[in-house]
Amino acid sequence: MSTVPEARPARAVSLVTHQARYDLRAFRRNNRARIFTLAVPVVLLLILVSLFRSGTVQAGGVTVKIAAYYVPHIAAMAIVGAGLINLLITLVAKRESGSLKRRRATPVPSWVLIAGDATTSVVSSVLIVVVLIAIGSLGFGLHVTGAAVGLAALVTVIGAAVFCCLAYALSGLVANAESAGPMAQLSTLPVYFISGIYIPDNVLPHWLLDVANVLPVRPLAVALQAAFVPATNGGQRFAAVPLLVVVAWGVAGLIVAVRTFSWVPRRA
Amino acid sequence: MRSEGTLDSTMTPEPARPAVRLDDAVAAAHPGAMPDGGPSAPGEPAVITVRGLRMSYGHYEAVRGIDLDVARGEILAFLGPNGAGKTTTVEILEGFRNRTSGEVQVLGTDPAQAGPDWRARVGVVLQESAPEAWLTVRECLSMYAGYYPRPLPVGRALELVGLTDKADARCDRLSGGQLRRLDMALALIGDPELIFLDEPTTGFDPAARHTAWEVIAGLRELGKTIFLTTHYMDEAEALADKIMIIAAGKIVAEGTPATIGGRATAATTVSFTLPDGVTRGDLPGLLASATAGRGGTVEISDDQLVRVLHELTTWALLHGYPLSDLTAHRPTLEEIYLRLTDEPTSPKGQP
Repeated sequence: MSTVPEARPARAVSLVTHQARYDLRAFRRNNRARIFTLAVPVVLLLILVSLFRSGTVQAGGVTVKIAAYYVPHIAAMAIVGAGLINLLITLVAKRESGSLKRRRATPVPSWVLIAGDATTSVVSSVLIVVVLIAIGSLGFGLHVTGAAVGLAALVTVIGAAVFCCLAYALSGLVANAESAGPMAQLSTLPVYFISGIYIPDNVLPHWLLDVANVLPVRPLAVALQAAFVPATNGGQRFAAVPLLVVVAWGVAGLIVAVRTFSWVPRRA
Repeated sequence: MRSEGTLDSTMTPEPARPAVRLDDAVAAAHPGAMPDGGPSAPGEPAVITVRGLRMSYGHYEAVRGIDLDVARGEILAFLGPNGAGKTTTVEILEGFRNRTSGEVQVLGTDPAQAGPDWRARVGVVLQESAPEAWLTVRECLSMYAGYYPRPLPVGRALELVGLTDKADARCDRLSGGQLRRLDMALALIGDPELIFLDEPTTGFDPAARHTAWEVIAGLRELGKTIFLTTHYMDEAEALADKIMIIAAGKIVAEGTPATIGGRATAATTVSFTLPDGVTRGDLPGLLASATAGRGGTVEISDDQLVRVLHELTTWALLHGYPLSDLTAHRPTLEEIYLRLTDEPTSPKGQP
């Protein structure tokens, strides 16, 4: 590959901004993406928090209020939805329709397209996490500090980028647009259940939690939980080890993606 | 007016682009060097040069050593049945597929190693493509324009393909023909020198096809080089300067629409109905070679059309036969194509 003026940082930033602008616009007009990414987590949070109302649960060995438990856990689910599920479905649809191949025929570098997708995931993830925190704080007495929100935002950005990588990795395994949705659900729903997203940690057997701890969803939820209630993570607001597990999954996803990603339709 | 291609001084040095910018934005720097709309003079490096190209999928050899040259400003029609190696060849030239062996140069670069600056000079209209969901026609073109160093204004691209009145329609609400025109606009938005058109009018109604041909002919006027694949012989005949026919992985014929496959010198078939009471045995001289044709007619195939007609009409005048259904039929491009690609042993389907 020869180097061209586009490779200069200023041009790179403007290209990514250019791409992200159109990707976000498409996301905003896509009902399926909006409902699954933004509406479903809000509805789930409202249901779960209302179900247990003023109760408490055990998390990380301490007792936390229902809102302080479900806001970070549903936030983790929302990040997976925006990063992995939405992007996986969009990506496979674009590949199978020939849209990716057509972009391949232009001078736009592939990383610009990936950065555009990642930006869409990050922006929509941050948006939904902020909404979830606001609902928890205004409606259900979630204790919110600047440090908690700042750290939650950082974890959200990292998580969204990681699940974006995992979407690229999984897209290589999905043969057609019809199976992208079921594949996304299949790869996430069981993980949500064993990760304490819907069912509180203390109900789950230890061995299941051990499995969940090495998968990417629960560490993300633990890191978000720690941002609000440091006591659940031994007093540490910044959950370094769980975040490291999350990032490791991102790196692994990237390695798989580089090997299996396809620009051209699978049929043919 | 036409103008000389732009050469942005900030770009990496590369040969000046003799093709005219589609937006006519820059005044001619060297009026003498303006393209004349036709193929370039001999001696100028070809836009596409292929020597001994081969491509195998496992044990199956899809392309079996083809040579090919396309001069600047030329429209080449690349014809061949499905599975003949056509798509494989085009995808190698477009840089989408690696080859097994052979030399390939497109715009002075090997497409297998081409980078973004090469891609900026090549436009591709893919055979299958779907709309960019959720964006309007104008937004889609603006997005693609952002990928190129010197894009056309979006309005100019819309005008070239006749989509101006659909600029604010969502891409996924366009008709099939409008979508193909959007594909064409997307291929032109970067103001390319070379354009690959893969079956650009498949599924068009006759009026839409003629509109598309006008667009393509307009690109020729601007000095663009076009590599066209098609299944329509009339399309090749209407547009191409040169035709190449590929069958079973090999080039089986090459020439202009008028001369390909020996068409210019091929035997012409004269056909007429024998008058009552006349048998083939009664025909004199050259006409004695007549064979039985369709529906009680007789046919004479001969490359000496004038002599056949002279003998026939002299004989008919002498006997007072009207021969009212007399026709002389030169082989059509389609007949030449079918004869050349009729390979009963040709391997079926490519991966």
